[in-house]
Amino acid sequence: MSAASGNGADILLDAQDVRKEFGGLIAVNDVSFTVPRGKVVSLIGPNGAGKTTFFNMLTGVYKPTAGKIIFLGEDVTGKPPHAITARGIGRTFQNIRLFQNMTALENVLVGMHSRMKANLFNSILRTPAVRGEEKRVRERGFELLEFTGLRRKAGEAAKNLPYGDQRRLEVARALATEPQLLLLDEPTAGMNPQESAEFTAFLYKLRDEHDLTVLMIEHDMRVVMGVSDRVSVLDYGEKIAEGAPREVQRNERVVEAYLGKAAVEDMRRQGLA
Amino acid sequence: MTTSVIETVGFRNKLRARWRAIPESTRLGISTGTVVGLGVLLFFLDHSLGYAVLLAAVIYRIEKLPPMPYRLVGMAALVVLLAILATAWSTPWSLVLLLACTFAVVAIPRRLRSRVLPAAAILAAVMYPFYVSKLFTLPVFGSWPDVATGVYMLVFMMMAVGLNIVVGYAGLLDLGYVAFYATGAYTAAWFASQQFAGQQCPTKGVSVQNCAAALVPKRNFNFGGIGVLPGTGGIHVTIWLLLLLAGVITAFFGIVIGLPTLRLRGDYLAIVTLGFGEILPQVARNGDNFFNTGFNLTNGPNGITPLDSPGFGHQLSNLTGGFLPANYLECCNAKVLGHTIAGTPDVYYWTAIVLLLFTVFCSYRLQWSRLGRAWIAIREDETAAAAMGVPLMRTKTWAYASGAFFGGIAGAFYAAFKSSTYPGDFYFNISVFILCMVILGGMGNIWGVLVGAAFLAYLNVFGLGETGHWINTHIHAGGWHPNIDAQLYQTGIYGVIILLVMLFRPEGMIPSRRRAAELHEGVHDEPLYDAVHTGTE
Repeated sequence: MSAASGNGADILLDAQDVRKEFGGLIAVNDVSFTVPRGKVVSLIGPNGAGKTTFFNMLTGVYKPTAGKIIFLGEDVTGKPPHAITARGIGRTFQNIRLFQNMTALENVLVGMHSRMKANLFNSILRTPAVRGEEKRVRERGFELLEFTGLRRKAGEAAKNLPYGDQRRLEVARALATEPQLLLLDEPTAGMNPQESAEFTAFLYKLRDEHDLTVLMIEHDMRVVMGVSDRVSVLDYGEKIAEGAPREVQRNERVVEAYLGKAAVEDMRRQGLA
Repeated sequence: MTTSVIETVGFRNKLRARWRAIPESTRLGISTGTVVGLGVLLFFLDHSLGYAVLLAAVIYRIEKLPPMPYRLVGMAALVVLLAILATAWSTPWSLVLLLACTFAVVAIPRRLRSRVLPAAAILAAVMYPFYVSKLFTLPVFGSWPDVATGVYMLVFMMMAVGLNIVVGYAGLLDLGYVAFYATGAYTAAWFASQQFAGQQCPTKGVSVQNCAAALVPKRNFNFGGIGVLPGTGGIHVTIWLLLLLAGVITAFFGIVIGLPTLRLRGDYLAIVTLGFGEILPQVARNGDNFFNTGFNLTNGPNGITPLDSPGFGHQLSNLTGGFLPANYLECCNAKVLGHTIAGTPDVYYWTAIVLLLFTVFCSYRLQWSRLGRAWIAIREDETAAAAMGVPLMRTKTWAYASGAFFGGIAGAFYAAFKSSTYPGDFYFNISVFILCMVILGGMGNIWGVLVGAAFLAYLNVFGLGETGHWINTHIHAGGWHPNIDAQLYQTGIYGVIILLVMLFRPEGMIPSRRRAAELHEGVHDEPLYDAVHTGTE
């Protein structure tokens, strides 16, 4: 999978003029966007700006009306979700979508589906290869649960886990797909400030220990400004700003369209601006 | 989300809450009084029925006792009491023995039980032909099903386990499962009968119309076919290869049906499968002259009959000292344990048990594999499953194919058992019937599905008739006697059963833990958050 585009080695994901229309509504309007390897990139914007639609196009849930999505130098536009996951994009969901009645471990094991080889026939025969693989993925599953602090809850049904644990299990499940690019859709939604801070620390650990690139949608400005290497701003389906957190924060259009005066003052009080 | 809401949601939970509100002592009084009253009332209707109700109540109470030593003592006392009654009065010995065996199994520690119970069940099933004639009669249900009914039950249990892979594991509602049954049956019929014999003139170069001499079959292919007389035409393949072939062809057929339909979700899938379930019997019914070419595929409404008898052939039979019969139809007559073994139905019955065990084994292995997890993930949340790398189409198609495989084998075996296959055997109600078995037993749980299938299949061919007979002989108001042909009401009776199951126990008799939770709290399968305009993908 050598890089087709010039600086492909550094650019993990390259979305070119991606557009999505739902009937007459233009949800994402010709957005171009790159994610450099090893960085944390945030996508922000007011509600309904098209962030999640954009995410869904990256992961193959929606097919873009126009434009191209290039991942690791390969055109993945319109590929089905499982194919994109197999190529190394893992994701979490804004409203938690765990397999509620499966255990935490089983959730993670499903995440490893595309990294396993067992098929119908050798599963029935339970060949040594299958048994070995099953043992391996279980160990790996426990490792991931350990990493996300859920080791002791491996046998619990996902729906019985507290909210914060469910969020972390979603990340563990996404990590199980062995992604190079991890998409987090509002990972701190519904968390209190302390949990958010913990999550930020977890994000650093993730990036450093797992050698991951992270693209996230986030509303909590403390998290965004704290961990992002780059921030892009969407409004009404269009990209209105892009750059380092500090630059974006001072951008006139962003302040007008998204943050609003009250928010700016609020941030000033917190000493961020 | 909140537990308090879950507690009182649903008809059953509401009833239960109201019942619990009554004080403990009153509850005990009410239940004991009801049971005793009911028992006495029923005793006047039918002695054995009243007896059975009281017995069941006593057993239920014993079960509630702490296991050691009260329950054990209670059980032993009950068995001894019945044994005394058996010698002195009309309690049948087989009931005493059955109870003693059941209690013995229950007394086994829980951890061992998961191994002992299936083993005991298999043993009891295998030995069934030997002791069925000596069993006590049940109240209302009458005598125990005969061995031929046992074959029917086993075939339907196989199909239910197969459908359970599709409906129970992967959550794909299939209302056309009969199509797979039919495919299997016709595959067996094509390759083990005279269907494709054709006709030709013994003299070369003379057409059939101008042939003066007797006609002879055109095609004659025999690969291990049993009991095929020389000179008969057609294709005759040994049943053992044929079962596999039927499974494979049906699985392939499942994939062909699945590829266009499995893109649909929920209700839409159900409707399309319903369509296929209707199309296939029509093809079978009208397939005796395809597009007026004279090609006779299915022999139309007359069906294909007879089919070759199953068997292992003389070589294998001699090699195993006659243990494997050479030809099921000319088999045995050996007297073992006071029972004369007959080819039909005893040997068919044991063959069906082997096939069912194979089905259960595969189904069980699949459930706890990579594929099984993917099926459950799809059932729980398709979108999330896809995002986690589960290829939806391929995984669903595999579910369809494996479900079809077992349906095909069951169909082929049943056709061989009946030695015939008719389009009339494959109507929509069979699909629903098998689905009912899965629902009644407990979707997603192999053991539940087995019990549900056994019960409904038994009721269908045997139990309803017996029950109707009991009603006709025992219920009378003054000079009036009912004269009910219970078989006529079967659809209504199944409807009522399913209705009751759905009201009181939607997860089935023996539920899978997961499925129970889904049915009581709803599946988390809302559309994607911002997708107000979901659009069609």
